[in-house]
Amino acid sequence: MQPSLPSKAQATLREVLPRLVLSPSLFLILLFVYGFIIYTGYLSLTDSRMLPSYELDGFGNYTKLWGQRNWLIALQNLAIFGILYIAICSVLGLVLAILLDQKIRGEGILRPIYLYPMALSFIVTGTAWKWFLDPGLGLENTMHLWGWESFTFNWIKDRNMAIYTVVIAAVWQSSGFVMAMFLAGLRGIDSEILKAAQMDGASRWSLYTRIVIPQLRPVFLSAFVVLAHLAIKAYDLVIALTNGGPGRATELPATFMYSYTFTRNQMGVGASSAVIMLAMIASIIVPYLYSELRERR
Amino acid sequence: MSRSTQPSFGIEKLLRAALYSVLILFAVYYLLPLFVMLVNSVKTLDEIRGGNMMSLPEVFTFEPWLVAWSKAQIGVEPTGLSPYFINSIMMVVPAVTISTALGALNGYVLTKWRFPGDKIIFGLMLFACFIPFQIVLIPMARVLGIIGMAGTTSGLVLVHVVYGLGFTTLFFRNYYAAFPDELIKAAKMDGAGFWRTFTRILLPSSGPIIVVTVIWQFTNIWNDFLFGASFADFDSMPMTVALNNLVSSSTGVKEYNVHFAGAVLAALPTLVVYVVSGRYFVRGLMAGAVKG
Repeated sequence: MQPSLPSKAQATLREVLPRLVLSPSLFLILLFVYGFIIYTGYLSLTDSRMLPSYELDGFGNYTKLWGQRNWLIALQNLAIFGILYIAICSVLGLVLAILLDQKIRGEGILRPIYLYPMALSFIVTGTAWKWFLDPGLGLENTMHLWGWESFTFNWIKDRNMAIYTVVIAAVWQSSGFVMAMFLAGLRGIDSEILKAAQMDGASRWSLYTRIVIPQLRPVFLSAFVVLAHLAIKAYDLVIALTNGGPGRATELPATFMYSYTFTRNQMGVGASSAVIMLAMIASIIVPYLYSELRERR
Repeated sequence: MSRSTQPSFGIEKLLRAALYSVLILFAVYYLLPLFVMLVNSVKTLDEIRGGNMMSLPEVFTFEPWLVAWSKAQIGVEPTGLSPYFINSIMMVVPAVTISTALGALNGYVLTKWRFPGDKIIFGLMLFACFIPFQIVLIPMARVLGIIGMAGTTSGLVLVHVVYGLGFTTLFFRNYYAAFPDELIKAAKMDGAGFWRTFTRILLPSSGPIIVVTVIWQFTNIWNDFLFGASFADFDSMPMTVALNNLVSSSTGVKEYNVHFAGAVLAALPTLVVYVVSGRYFVRGLMAGAVKG
């Protein structure tokens, strides 16, 4: 039995309606994301300075960009920050997740304590850590007052070490989140496999290194993708913690782009640095999304 | 291969104790900055300068909180952070509502009304979640100027809706993908149209994903700094930008206790949301990270 046939106009409407509903969002994304990417890409090839200019200038901005000491410092800092941030967060997250997975009493209290920094703004995190790391007010001062006179911890004032303080604060903020990801991964492992391995007499160590950790591969990948893209986008934390200093010691690509575009009137160079940042993220995200979407159908 | 022997009871107990100590040590590490902020926000400035950041206040004062809320100099007038707190609320509520509603509809269409090319559209939306926002700052500033929204809260709402769409669509798409197609088919057979199917069948069981999405969007938009710093003016500045101005202002005496009170005020809404519905918060983070 067929339901009563709707009229032709209604049928057409019914056919198009879903696409119609989707279209405002699609329009916004196409314009504000992809249109803007093209626009910024175009600007990066022009001689724009304080205001956008549409005079094409070839790859002049890119040549200028790669000749800038500040840009090279920013990239070097991103490499140091990115590698340490991803590595420490992953290791710490995994270790905490495994420790928490040992039928801990009070897990319900500990887990939110590890995770709450993720709910904070990087500006708040930066404010707290700027103070905590300040030699005259924070940890160093406290240790002196507690009688450890020779204790020094002045990385935040030290050009060579300041970038590591950004790592410290960023790890504090994100490692609990990575822990939560690994914990969910651990809880998803089939307990039958573990029981079988235990019956075979596998030690606890080899249980984890041979069976559990290899099974967490997808979580490692997700954590890597999330952390890498957070690292490349890192901006707020540096602004709040060191404001790029001392000198330019904690400059990152995101702060470089902002200052060249909006305060140094080098919009073309700023645009070209944004294009490089996009390319870095795309090289990580696109393969990831491609494989994720393909697997599912 | 030698087989590991069962550890004796004593060693097991020792290991257990070590395990708990390590876990508690980490809890201290994560709590310490919050503790320092809270403790020093109720001390007098003299006590902070001369004393230990870890020590409890000798004289308890609520004054820094009052100053941070209603007296501190941030803009031209000494208004405290309160107007900016309100700015943030005026920005967050519509932005979260609109982006969540659009995300729900998008997720519905992309899973239950599939059409050729829908996967490409979803891919385009998904990639939009991850772009570095530096790539859109320059054109966005111009477009906001052209449409007369530069320096306004509605301009910020627009920005946050656009760049939140990818995530909200992703959340709802993944959630609705797991929703049985048979129910939808049955509804369609019964003559239910596009809207009826959505409001009668999908929406009533969307509670959890709505909560997840709202929390995710709320946290992200409330905590945003880059867009606020780029597109807001003194009257529409959100809380994070105001806090940064307060903390990093180089004029006058640095009132650390006021800074801390301000930082806690800026953190309070997301912390409250997190404490009240932490379970969903975690789920939201996971949904954003692990697809499938």
